[in-house]
Amino acid sequence: MTTSTVPVGASAPSAGPADVPPLGSARRFLRDSGIVFRRQLRMNLRNPAWVIIGMLQPVLYLLLFGPLLEPLIGQLGATNAYTFFVPGMLVQLGVFGAFFAGFSLIGEWREGVIEAERVTPANRTALLVGRLYRDLLQLLVQALILVGLGFALGMDASVGGLVLGVLLTLLLGGACAAASNALALTTKSEDVMAPVINMVMLPVLLLSGILLPMTIGPAWLQTASDFMPIRWVVDGVRTSFAGDLASSTLLWGTVWALGLFAAAVWWGTATFRRENA
Amino acid sequence: MIRARGLVQTFRSRQGRTTSEVRAVDGVDLDVEDGEVVGFLGPNGAGKTTTLRILTTLLRPTAGTATVAGHDVATQAEQVRRSIGYVSQAGGAFSGARAGDEVVDHGMLYGLPRRVVEERGRALFSQLDLEGLWTRTPRTMSGGQKRRLDIVMGIVHEPRLVFLDEPTTGLDPQARANLWEHIRGLRDRRGATVLLTTHYLDEADALSDRIVIIDHGRVVASDTPAALKEQVAGDLVDLEVEDPAQRAEAAARLERLVAQAGAGAGAGPGATPGPSSSGGVVEQDGRHVRARVRRAGRAVPGLLRELDAAGVALASIEVVRPTLDDVFLALTGRSLRDTGGSSPDAAARGSTTSSTTSSTTSSSSTTPGSTTVPQPTPTPSAPTASTSTPTTGALR
Repeated sequence: MTTSTVPVGASAPSAGPADVPPLGSARRFLRDSGIVFRRQLRMNLRNPAWVIIGMLQPVLYLLLFGPLLEPLIGQLGATNAYTFFVPGMLVQLGVFGAFFAGFSLIGEWREGVIEAERVTPANRTALLVGRLYRDLLQLLVQALILVGLGFALGMDASVGGLVLGVLLTLLLGGACAAASNALALTTKSEDVMAPVINMVMLPVLLLSGILLPMTIGPAWLQTASDFMPIRWVVDGVRTSFAGDLASSTLLWGTVWALGLFAAAVWWGTATFRRENA
Repeated sequence: MIRARGLVQTFRSRQGRTTSEVRAVDGVDLDVEDGEVVGFLGPNGAGKTTTLRILTTLLRPTAGTATVAGHDVATQAEQVRRSIGYVSQAGGAFSGARAGDEVVDHGMLYGLPRRVVEERGRALFSQLDLEGLWTRTPRTMSGGQKRRLDIVMGIVHEPRLVFLDEPTTGLDPQARANLWEHIRGLRDRRGATVLLTTHYLDEADALSDRIVIIDHGRVVASDTPAALKEQVAGDLVDLEVEDPAQRAEAAARLERLVAQAGAGAGAGPGATPGPSSSGGVVEQDGRHVRARVRRAGRAVPGLLRELDAAGVALASIEVVRPTLDDVFLALTGRSLRDTGGSSPDAAARGSTTSSTTSSTTSSSSTTPGSTTVPQPTPTPSAPTASTSTPTTGALR
């Protein structure tokens, strides 16, 4: 066997990771999260069905739901149906796609992958963030398809507002993906996780003004939606697309997106770090 | 290499409204020297895996301290992680990913350059008989191949200390024997220290320099396999007489032999299930007489001559070296094989095997404690086959 060429004792133990020069913690983080990301991406691409379904979703929404909005758009207080609708779709993709990100983590946990990663010296946040990169990349591609198609259908938006709107969406999507991963590692069961996600998703969908603006609703419903953080992000993305970059709506949307992202990453990291995960 | 003191791990478990605390590990002390292969033996739920998860920094102990490879598991987790390899029960390679990719990614998380990991990974694949499987998915591998892949992942960063959690569970005998070879190689060829858990006695016996027996979250014994077996007080001598009427005669001879050769404490209530009819070391039932005898190999020829001279004809004689199961039984009062199965009440009941196999509720022999010993002429309701089950069960 090949190891017989290596002197016993001098071989394995000493020549371990010690001879690798230690990287700075920031570079370590980037490297670790990059490894995790590459691995996740590779596995996703090995299963292209999901990639294709992910790409098709926004197309179907725009083509099959957008036309319904066009005749109503005047009543909704907007001028261009797609400038109104594309931001809502963006956020919906960001939120709902990401909510399901955790399910694949349960499968990995069951096969011991998470534990195997947790016994390595890799940065715990990197274990989570590497997975978020994958979710964000998928979201970015979906967003680009959505925006491109929106333009093709007559959307009217400034480039600056568009970039900002997509960035907000990515922040929110990252927050939801992190929360979903955290939930996955906490419940460790699809059977528990699925109803929880459903329970969260419905009020989010109805109270965020994703499909229709909350402003057309009665006062009590508007008040209720004030307590839904994602509503602020939806409004923010909408204002951003409309080119109103100095509005307080956009500011609040940004604050909420950043806050949710930070909180969710913290929660997600905690579950990866937690000793009994 | 490992020094643990007073490790305690409590879990809260909830059943309905009541929350109860489970002490999975209840004050474990453990020392493992450099280069040792230590077998951590105990039934399911004894606290083996929990202890391992504490030592591998996956779980923070509720109480107690542990130093692994010179670093404290609680405060220097990262240094500990760099020095150890861990192969969990679940493995660590995703079933749908390519084996080689998983190995490379895993090694890279230890900070190794891709080129180095790939080189080592491929070398390990050939050493562990996984040649040609680099691009296969674990899903398509056999149980043994999958387990060897897990080991490759666990040692690709060349750790000084390797933890193996039930490495051969679920493998067929051939794959187990093969894996044993590779586990031996970890120490013999790489100089690694190995701590492995198992609930197989033969495995602990075959692989370990030292065995640590854990039960109910506590270490109940720690010694070499040979020394542990020595505690059981000798080999089991089982005589089968041709004529049941001569059983008493044979028993008397055997008892005298035990008195001469000396029998250990283990021959009494602990080591053999059910009390014997002749009030102590010699157990009788049907045409069988058995007792534990020190160095039976030397004592038995004399016994045979005596029996021959006395005109006692034997149908068979069997000398069984003590197994770790006997050790476990002597230490805990339970058989490992039974508690190793998934019946918790069998474990809780304390004494094991015995007569529960016979379903004849009418027979008085089913009450635990008053088992065995149907008188020479077996009643039709208690055929010899069923009465001998308890004992053969415990002796193998």
